[in-house]
Amino acid sequence: MRNELRNTARTAIILPLRPTRGLDRNTHTLGVGVERRWVNTMAEIKAPATRPLSPHLQIYRPMLTMMMSIVHRITGAGLYFGTVILAWWFLAAGSGPTGYAKFEWFAGSIIGRLILFGYTWALIHHLLGGVRHLIWDTGHGFGPSERERLAAANLIGSIAITVLLWIVGLLAMGGPR
Amino acid sequence: MSESSVKHIRTPLARVRGYGAARSGTGHFWRQRLTAVANIPLTVAAVIIIIMLLGRNQAAVAQILGTPLVAIVMLLFIVSTTIHMRIGMQVIIEDYVHDETAKLTLIMANTFFCIAVALASAYGIFRLSFGV
Repeated sequence: MRNELRNTARTAIILPLRPTRGLDRNTHTLGVGVERRWVNTMAEIKAPATRPLSPHLQIYRPMLTMMMSIVHRITGAGLYFGTVILAWWFLAAGSGPTGYAKFEWFAGSIIGRLILFGYTWALIHHLLGGVRHLIWDTGHGFGPSERERLAAANLIGSIAITVLLWIVGLLAMGGPR
Repeated sequence: MSESSVKHIRTPLARVRGYGAARSGTGHFWRQRLTAVANIPLTVAAVIIIIMLLGRNQAAVAQILGTPLVAIVMLLFIVSTTIHMRIGMQVIIEDYVHDETAKLTLIMANTFFCIAVALASAYGIFRLSFGV
């Protein structure tokens, strides 16, 4: 115990205080393994890294699961700000015909339609992504083929359901008032 | 020096609480899962309600949104969603904002935004239900 403590103190406190000049792994043979490791570490820090350092996002081959991970976060952030539209809808519905007409003008405009279509897709994508995460929380679905299939199902399912909802919605818009 | 005092530098109370240096436990983790599970049926219900109301005039929308079942489902959806999104946005802020002042400011703004959205929506729904 006492020896362990002395060694730890020596590595942590005394060694870093020593002058580094003259300490070279090629010219010095240091008896203690700890000291050798320390010298090697210092040599590595000084030398420029010639290999890619992982994780290196810029050169990492894009994979479906990693793209789905960041899309889950982006859709979450989009939904965050999209709730303002939902709050506006609730308030407009209670404010009377004039206030509701303003909301309907926004929702019916091209920009409004695009935002609402994006919001629908983000909602469904994040919902299905959430289910995927809940499956992972149980410890299932981590296998190489399983996680690929889950990711693909999430993406295809979100697009299919969004298109389906908009077809139903647009049919409802043309229905009786 | 006894063996146990070297192994356990933390006080017994800190060890029992199990919170570590962050001074908080798994509260956020658990609440995020809880609201995620709640959001699944609530989102499905909210989407069905919204599609039902598409193309109707303001009087009809106000009348249907104000009925107890629809209003309560929408209130639950708003409460669960805003709790969920507050935790989610805090994680995003903590991941990308490293300046301490900016981080704390954004985390506060995040809470204000979520409470504002929740209360504005709740006010709108209550007004429809009670005809205030």
